[in-house]
Amino acid sequence: MLSFVVSRLLQAFAVMASVSFLCFVLFNFVGDPVNNMVGQEASQQDREEMRRALGLEDSVAVQFVRFAGNMATGNFGKSFRLARPVSALIVERMPATLELVAVAALLALAMGIPLGVLTALRRGTVDTGAVMTFSLAGVAMPTFVIGILLIYIFSVECKTWAPALGLPPGFCFPSFGRGETVKVGGWTSGLLTPSGLKAIVLPALTLSLFQMTLVLRLVRSQMLEVLRTDYIKFARARGLYDRSVHFRHALKNTLLPVITVIGIQVGGLVAFSIITETVFQWPGMGHLFIQSVQFADIPVMAAYLVMVSFIFVAINFMVDLLYVAIDPRLRVDRARVGTAGG
Amino acid sequence: MFMKKIAAASAAALLMFSAAEAKTLRWASQGDALTLDPHAQNEGPTGAMNQHIYDPLIQRNPKLEKVPNLALSWKPISADTWEFKLRPNVKFSDGSALTAEDVVFSYQRALQPTSDFRAYISSVKEVKAVDPLTVHIVTNGPNPILPDYTTSIYIMSKAWAEKNNVTKPQNYKDKEETFAVRNAMGTGPYMVKQRDPDVRTVLVKNPTFWGKDQFPGMPDEIVYTPIKEPATRVAALISGQVDFVLDAPLQDIARIKQTAGLKTVETAQVRSIFLGLDMGSPELKYSDVKGKNPFADKRVRQAMYRAIDVNAIKQKVMRNFSASAGLITSPGVHGYTPALDQRLKYDVAAAKKLMADAGYPNGFGVTLDCPNDRYNNDEQICQAVVGMLAQIGIKVDLQARSKTLHFPKLQKKDSSFYLLGWGVPTLDSHYVFTFLYQTSDAAKKVGGWNFTGYSNAKVDELSDGMLKEVDQAKRDKMVADAWAQVVADMPYLPLHHQLIVWAMKDGVDMPIFPNDSPNFKYARMK
Repeated sequence: MLSFVVSRLLQAFAVMASVSFLCFVLFNFVGDPVNNMVGQEASQQDREEMRRALGLEDSVAVQFVRFAGNMATGNFGKSFRLARPVSALIVERMPATLELVAVAALLALAMGIPLGVLTALRRGTVDTGAVMTFSLAGVAMPTFVIGILLIYIFSVECKTWAPALGLPPGFCFPSFGRGETVKVGGWTSGLLTPSGLKAIVLPALTLSLFQMTLVLRLVRSQMLEVLRTDYIKFARARGLYDRSVHFRHALKNTLLPVITVIGIQVGGLVAFSIITETVFQWPGMGHLFIQSVQFADIPVMAAYLVMVSFIFVAINFMVDLLYVAIDPRLRVDRARVGTAGG
Repeated sequence: MFMKKIAAASAAALLMFSAAEAKTLRWASQGDALTLDPHAQNEGPTGAMNQHIYDPLIQRNPKLEKVPNLALSWKPISADTWEFKLRPNVKFSDGSALTAEDVVFSYQRALQPTSDFRAYISSVKEVKAVDPLTVHIVTNGPNPILPDYTTSIYIMSKAWAEKNNVTKPQNYKDKEETFAVRNAMGTGPYMVKQRDPDVRTVLVKNPTFWGKDQFPGMPDEIVYTPIKEPATRVAALISGQVDFVLDAPLQDIARIKQTAGLKTVETAQVRSIFLGLDMGSPELKYSDVKGKNPFADKRVRQAMYRAIDVNAIKQKVMRNFSASAGLITSPGVHGYTPALDQRLKYDVAAAKKLMADAGYPNGFGVTLDCPNDRYNNDEQICQAVVGMLAQIGIKVDLQARSKTLHFPKLQKKDSSFYLLGWGVPTLDSHYVFTFLYQTSDAAKKVGGWNFTGYSNAKVDELSDGMLKEVDQAKRDKMVADAWAQVVADMPYLPLHHQLIVWAMKDGVDMPIFPNDSPNFKYARMK
């Protein structure tokens, strides 16, 4: 087990190092931040001086070594765009992204699992057909289209249809921002105010739709498989209630793969949130990243990408460990491979 | 019954009271101010934000005329000295009084190496406080347009800057954020209540503002939210979540106009869009013509000029939000003349003949460099140009890039043919000549944006002369001569002047500023 952990850690480190180096090479293609940092009247000398002062004249290798050294000592540098320390910026934006991701993941599970079970149980009915068609749309539609569509229906056009349906005037949802936030320690939360809760609905729905349909389809196919197994037939033969058969025996056995997939997808949610955050002007890390790309704000981009790769690597590492812990077969295989190899 | 009436009346009074009180203007645009430091960033949104907190000596009104702000009057008192008389009884929002010392300090701060406004006042030799309400600015030689440049230099409190250790504009080499990045204290109409960069900025009325009587109807509170995504920005306006949008996309203007309760105002912007041609190199870097430079031949440049149908671009690409241009400067700039702003007629047959005369009857190939995120519909303009030039045999390879790549490429003089736009913050033609037309010379700091290789000794001399000539009539003649010369020489192909459109609720009364920088002390809310 220990050698497995050590080898995985080394792999994770290698992945992090190569990701950050690749990012650095890519930064050469996002362009020159200096133009955005000085007015158009600045002379050529001013620009060159600035470029030298920022170390942009050095070779990629030198810049990378300097960057890696700074990272190791916890110095992420200062944003070219906002003239503020990158670490402060990321810490400020992180709560917004994590709250959005958490609500989206909860929505995906809360909607996906029951719908998956129901569509498996009610095979061939019209409502199942409708849900499955809808889930296809969720898988196929790009996030920004979903976002714009939701804004159009629940924020813009809502002003016309909501009163017609007799809904209160405050029913419509805001199309941008986080609403009012409350500071709890170092964490700014939008989940504690009515306007903040209202503001998270549309972005969280947008972000969760893809995951929701994924969970729905996964649960449904697992459920269909489990329902065919002998122990379900046996349970029925014992005369158990349907509800008990479906939810106590069948659903439990479908959840293991679902939880695994969701664990991995949370990393994906952080990455996917870039688009959702941009559409809804959600002040999270993804939005910060997009603005940094447009400005060629290299310190922020570098820190963000390294952080996201860290999240991915960490989640994968934990999932690997969990697999080994949960599934005895893996341990046996590994042991066998280990003895065979050495 | 009586009690009920009283209750109703007081409720109504309360409503009216709160309606009169809550004059909050919520507005949105694409990008937030980069910093609140008034001398650190010479950039549009930054200036638009800071003008609400800080005051300059002289300010531009909505017609872009110079009007007294912290200076009540100004006049030259000798060949190289301007005298500014300050407005008496002006107080900073912390209650301290403004004196000439603060003006001297602010100009010295704006002249620091880390200031982004040095170029505007590079001719300033010395700034002196003669008495608490008189400032003398001494320049290296005469500078007739110094008052125009003072409109961009904001005045800070010396005591506040010293107390908070911000006597110099921010420096990117420092690791820490300086106090002035998110905090500000000035004499302007508003104070910062909340500053959350990229998220939300709230300004409230400055109780000590000197112009309270001059701008009695200004909103009590300004809430600014940057909204990056154009569709979301328009949605926010239509759904009533903001009152004012600075930069609605041109394709959505019709939709906004149709919406009840919303209106738009438009005006010509001080920014012209044009194409630049490398006419100076012996051979074009990005062309299939070898051994010579087709752009060096004026007939070729003229042929390209005449093959471009700007009206088609205006109708199809710009949705009529542009005005055809013959000059690379817009109405409102000193030295602009409508007569010279006429384009050569669009005439493909004449263009073809010019190409044949120049020895290129079958045209040639060249690469056009174009930004795709800087000007209104910039990439689509270039696409239209590609099709139009194909009519006279010029095969254009279009390379559209982000501004972070486009401008550095131009500055390395690594382009044969490019699209560029030019605004004139000083509103004087000299700004255009010195950056776009003078022979590029890094040591003299002129021609910094002249990537064409164009060099005309007469234009250089006239442009240098404009900087120093104090006799207005003589100077105007120099400006006119220089314009006539560059229009004849044709190093650039002018396309159009941009129009700007501001969208707002019917209840907002706001004059439009042709420099696209809204100053909300001029706003009224019904």
